[in-house]
Amino acid sequence: MSEKKPSLWLRIYSIIIYGFIYTPIFILIIFSFNTQKLNTHWEGFTLHWYQVLFHDAQILLATRNTLMIAVISTLVATIIGTMAALAMYRYRFPLYNASETVMYIPIVIPEVVMGISLLVFFVMINFTLGLSTITLSHIAFSIPFVALVVRARLHGYDKAIDEAAMDLGANELTTFWRVTLPTIMPGVLAGAMLALTLSLDDYVITYFTAGPGSTTLPLRVYSMVKTAVTPEINALSTLWVLIIFILLVFGQIAQRRKT
Amino acid sequence: MKKIHVLCFVFFSLALILSACSGGKTQAPTLPAQPTNAQLEPTTAQVEPTMVQVKSDTLNLYAWSEYVPQQLLDDFSAKYGIKVNYDTYSSNEEMLAKLQAGASGYDVIIPSDYTVAIMIKQAMLEPLDSTQLSNFSNLDPRFINRDYDPGNKYTIPYQWGTTGLIYDKTLVPSEPKKWADLWDPAYKGRLVFLDDEREVLGMALQVLGYDRNSTNESELNQAEQKLLELKPNILKFDSDAPETAIISGETWAGLVYNGNASLALAEDTNVAYICPTEGCTIWFDNLAIPSGAPHKDAAMLFLNWVLDPQQSILITKEFPYSNPNKAALELLKTDDPTLYESYMAFSGTNPDDAFLAASKPIVDVGEATALYDSLWTDFKSK
Amino acid sequence: MIPGQVIEEPKRKFSIMRLFRENSRAQGLLLISPTNIYLFILIVLPLILVTILSFLSRGTYGQVEFKFNLSNYVRLFDPLYAKVLVFSLLVGFGTTVICILVGYPLAYFIARAPARQRSLLLFLILLPFWTNFIIRIFAWMIILRSGGLLDSLLQWLHITQAPLNLLYSPTAVMIGMVYEFLPFMVLPLYTSLEKIENSLLEAAADLGAPPWKAFLRVTLPLSIPGMIAGTILTFIPAMGMFVVPDILGGAKTILIGNVIRNQFLTARDWPFGAAASMVLMLMTMVLTLYYTRKAGFGEELLV
Repeated sequence: MSEKKPSLWLRIYSIIIYGFIYTPIFILIIFSFNTQKLNTHWEGFTLHWYQVLFHDAQILLATRNTLMIAVISTLVATIIGTMAALAMYRYRFPLYNASETVMYIPIVIPEVVMGISLLVFFVMINFTLGLSTITLSHIAFSIPFVALVVRARLHGYDKAIDEAAMDLGANELTTFWRVTLPTIMPGVLAGAMLALTLSLDDYVITYFTAGPGSTTLPLRVYSMVKTAVTPEINALSTLWVLIIFILLVFGQIAQRRKT
Repeated sequence: MKKIHVLCFVFFSLALILSACSGGKTQAPTLPAQPTNAQLEPTTAQVEPTMVQVKSDTLNLYAWSEYVPQQLLDDFSAKYGIKVNYDTYSSNEEMLAKLQAGASGYDVIIPSDYTVAIMIKQAMLEPLDSTQLSNFSNLDPRFINRDYDPGNKYTIPYQWGTTGLIYDKTLVPSEPKKWADLWDPAYKGRLVFLDDEREVLGMALQVLGYDRNSTNESELNQAEQKLLELKPNILKFDSDAPETAIISGETWAGLVYNGNASLALAEDTNVAYICPTEGCTIWFDNLAIPSGAPHKDAAMLFLNWVLDPQQSILITKEFPYSNPNKAALELLKTDDPTLYESYMAFSGTNPDDAFLAASKPIVDVGEATALYDSLWTDFKSK
Repeated sequence: MIPGQVIEEPKRKFSIMRLFRENSRAQGLLLISPTNIYLFILIVLPLILVTILSFLSRGTYGQVEFKFNLSNYVRLFDPLYAKVLVFSLLVGFGTTVICILVGYPLAYFIARAPARQRSLLLFLILLPFWTNFIIRIFAWMIILRSGGLLDSLLQWLHITQAPLNLLYSPTAVMIGMVYEFLPFMVLPLYTSLEKIENSLLEAAADLGAPPWKAFLRVTLPLSIPGMIAGTILTFIPAMGMFVVPDILGGAKTILIGNVIRNQFLTARDWPFGAAASMVLMLMTMVLTLYYTRKAGFGEELLV
């Protein structure tokens, strides 16, 4: 069975859309070399901002925090969210409707409200604000995203396959690991990536749940908006994108070598 | 499975790379910085603070970004061995909301005058021990003991400024002298305004001849109607960087802070900044200590440190606001005459007496706040 | 079995493991419990605080006073807020529809791509969104600004003669909104589309269906779960989003997100903000649950 090659129009269309998605990124990258501080006009070429970046301990610290929070919150949310999606799809259990409703709350709640209510809650239970409170909050709003995407993937999943596996002697865990999970993996990955994206750029909720000394990249950048979001941030984003891009390409090559 | 491996590999690599980058650097400045020239010769204005036992080794500063010079913090850390964490917020309201919700741990904040008034009424600020503020006398007497904090019991002024009319001399049809001039249809789509209900509604109230802090419903309704007439002329509302709209030429004039005007002037020498005849705003940002601050002793030390002209001058050198520290400006005359000249020459940093006379502070309107909010919502929705 | 006969069952040791193995309801509960516990503590409890807050009053200086009343809810009946809400719904709706139109072919393309390339293509969509939000929007400002890059390009190609004045217009806002929400539509769509096996489409072709018919009758219906997930993840946040309209639209309009934010920040009327949020959440929740149920989520269990 050969996969039908996508038509030419579809390819052209996709290239255009990728172009649309990447145009601001190219601008952003180019402007990281701009001499003008204000990020509005192109004035001249310089590597100055990269220098500034490497000497800016605050920004580097913020970047590290942001990454850590994003990775941890994504991992936890993906695991919990996938479990939830499986539960909602497969089983009828008491509290089903209530669970579903509660899962939608982080999506429908305005961010300011979630941020402030979490803050008040943490204060009430005397939980010191810091990186941990930020991470906990990020997990909370990521779980529904993962759950929803995985659920979309599960829809129509034929239980017969699972039952066949179990008839052949596999227990629940093996069945899940070897049969179910690989099938829903694109959904799990997609959900995880969305959760990661949300966490990396979150401002409002992070603002309210951050403690003294716990700083993240969005917090720093948003407050820079008042004066000037200098090309230092462009430099940071450029490096970020380039590093990930290179890693992805390596990953792709490594995969190709294996098969 | 392979996809997961790729994913994990990518992110852990990133995490590792970044840890390596920042691992070598300290988290916040603690190491002594190179002493500056300014530090080497103490002037008569610098007085050693009365010896107080400072037990804290950390100070949590919570302020606007790009508002406190790193040098100032480094020097403070070097002198007293206190590590400074500089966290940022992007508006008074955000800071107030967070503190009102119960967040604690911050030692020094920099609220604006009307926020100070609100915080005092809600007992959110620690009273200051004036015996520890030996450098207080460096402040210009015009800027102390103001209505929002009589006797400076809770705050000391940090920087001050105004909100006025900016315009590009080469782009405007004629030089505006009054806010009312901006209603001219020639300005269609050519104005930039702060996205601030108190500033904008206050300006409209002034145009109509009313008190800019009015709580009278009929006056406020008229102000909104007046603003609706102006709306077609406004290209954008922007409280963050309105100067970019002036520099780029997208807009010709607008209502901005003096800081924005200074930044615009730096890029476009045709910029002028005035206080129109109907009036404008004066604001003060202040150093304050929130109640329950964990390191109050370090905070008091810091406040006094900022009042030192050698330190205060750093603020003026780096940021485009007005400095209430008279001794610091005196020092600037000899330390950096060019900067002193330009500081004194620009109405944004050094408004003349007429300007000051026409400027009024924003005062909290208490119960009428809800009215301002619904009028602003209505104005924006049309 | 003789009626009345008591059968002595061999004693089985009660074990938790067996309970979870055999009872599907227990299995379900076990799987959902981490989510439930976690969200209960971090979402439900704070939400209860918000609910209580919505019945309190604002003090003169913006503090919260424990005077219970319904005035905040009554205040919401002002037509002004209905107007703002409707406008926000339109923005959300417009963004979602355009995202579906733009994103569906892209998701389809990725789903049909060789298996090895799919993750890479997905990552490539998300990669731009791992830069900082603010500078992305600033980059759009540079592009859309009057006389900016887009204008320069179009004029150079002689497609237009004068600047388009796109920045600060509704068009600019829509471009920005679609840009920001595209991944949230494409990824869920992809997960559904990727599942569709080629054998189904080949069977349709064998039975004589032209490609467009196969698409309408086979592909599209099977991609509906993805579309639902994508719609929820796009429409609801888009409706509440105000940063993009403020920056790219010049903050000349007001959306429900602005209103609620203002209550907590500038107006310092937390009780009113809480009430507005509760009403908004309730409405959105009802719509979401109705929509998902109607489209089939939850039906799986009836089978």
